[in-house]
Amino acid sequence: MIIADRKPIDDIKNMLSPYKKILLVGCGTCVSVCMTGGEKEVGILASELRIISELEKKGWEISEDTIQRQCDREYIEPLSEKFEAADIIMSLACGVGIQYMAEVFPRHMVLPAINTTFYGTTVSEGEWQERCAGCGDCVLHLTMGICPVARCSKGLYNGPCGGTDKGKCEISSDLDCAWYMIYNRMKDLGKLDMIGTFIPPRSWKASLNGGPRKRVREDLKK
Amino acid sequence: MKAGSNLEKVFASGGFAVTGELGPPKGNDGEVVKKKAAMLKGFVDAVNITDNQTAVVRMSSIAAATIALQAGIEPIMQMVCRDRNRIAMQSDLLGATAFGLKNILCLSGDHQSFGNQPGAKNVYDIDSMQLISTVKRMRDEKKLLNSDDVLEGEVKMFIGAAENPFAEPFEYRAYRLKKKVEAGVDFIQTQCIYDMKIFREWMKVVCDLGLNEKCYIMAGVTPLKSAGMTKYMASKVPGIIIPQEIIDRMSAAPKDKAAEEGIKICCEQIQELREIKGVAGIHLMAIEWEHRSGEIIEKAGLLPRPKID
Ligand code: SF4
Ligand code: SF4
Repeated sequence: MIIADRKPIDDIKNMLSPYKKILLVGCGTCVSVCMTGGEKEVGILASELRIISELEKKGWEISEDTIQRQCDREYIEPLSEKFEAADIIMSLACGVGIQYMAEVFPRHMVLPAINTTFYGTTVSEGEWQERCAGCGDCVLHLTMGICPVARCSKGLYNGPCGGTDKGKCEISSDLDCAWYMIYNRMKDLGKLDMIGTFIPPRSWKASLNGGPRKRVREDLKK
Repeated sequence: MKAGSNLEKVFASGGFAVTGELGPPKGNDGEVVKKKAAMLKGFVDAVNITDNQTAVVRMSSIAAATIALQAGIEPIMQMVCRDRNRIAMQSDLLGATAFGLKNILCLSGDHQSFGNQPGAKNVYDIDSMQLISTVKRMRDEKKLLNSDDVLEGEVKMFIGAAENPFAEPFEYRAYRLKKKVEAGVDFIQTQCIYDMKIFREWMKVVCDLGLNEKCYIMAGVTPLKSAGMTKYMASKVPGIIIPQEIIDRMSAAPKDKAAEEGIKICCEQIQELREIKGVAGIHLMAIEWEHRSGEIIEKAGLLPRPKID
């Protein structure tokens, strides 16, 4: 899923300062699961903003809504009346949702309440970790299912580097070295010969470096 | 001869090679490079010119290497994969060889979070293993990456890389060297060695794999300057192992004699390393101690350096 962090309240406050009628919109998918932008978090942000409005005489009128998915037109369109009634929309969805709402309602500004950070998973209660960087050319079959792009601090294809330290990455003792894990899994599964295989320079065209990406399936197009 | 550098010639003639290290200044005063080069001249066969080491901005490796070359000492330009993509790297290789540089050391590079630009975006378009193969392709096939057009001119580079026998997983380290040899490395400089036992075990695997016959292996040494530095390196620097015996010796030495003790230990280590099968040279890393490098090399009995044309 997509993981995100809420922006600091001061940043949010500054963004909203020029407006009066504020609509906060949450998303019921990834950001709900990672507890950043679901219904509950929309409620918390709304309360914070109401208190600030009281204390600082902002005169804000805050309304809230959370839809199933902000990356889907069908769920966004029913918000049309609420959009019309507001001066400004603030979204608690990932960067995709924020943009897509603005696309569906091009006459409205949609502000971000959260920072979209990575594609990851919940590893334990209250901890999420990155797993994939959407690089467009997956090599998990060469690296024992551990991503060298997203999980090695240097994105090395032929690691580990000389800085690996007792299973930890050179940049932090609380970060596991991806290549140490790759090596161990190869060893455990009797595939150590794989570590000797040179992975040649790849093309980054399939990644963001090839320009914004789009996917087209002619057979599905109407 | 692959590149015809002095370093390559020393190896090819069967000599025991010595390389040093020269850190470019955090400014643009070429005199600093010239002074350091003068201190090392005659004591080493070639000298590494670091490339923004520890991710701190310094004079570029290629510029400092060119100044060192003009000052009469042969440089080994370091190139890290952190700061440039394949376009910049290949272009720099063309520029460096045009300036007459003949040795390169291909490195991943310390992560930018260590340096004075921690918010920098890193590149890692290719990694150090891939850089080795890229330089080899330019030299041997006269081709750039992803292109079959033949390059104009020749990219004569003697290709080096670093290896750390002390980074876990130990048992994998010699195999990683094999991968580097297959990618095209000509010589290796190791991380600084204090633990002879681990190093001997590593060298044994290296020799069993026949890698000492496919590339020249230079054992890395760094003189310890004080008890404080010893303890810091032992506990804080990733990938460095210092045996208790050495920590004790450095701690026992009186403060004003600690540097002498460190040099003594270093010379003893060099003697020991020379005897180990497969070791083709010494790489002395004495950054900001360039003025004492000559003394260490002399005391270790590595003078005079061979003169080869
Ligand atoms: S290799 Fe690329 S696609 Fe595969 S997990 Fe890593 S970033 Fe994602
Ligand atoms: S220590 Fe491991 S994870 Fe960190 S940069 Fe090096 S190889 Fe990658």
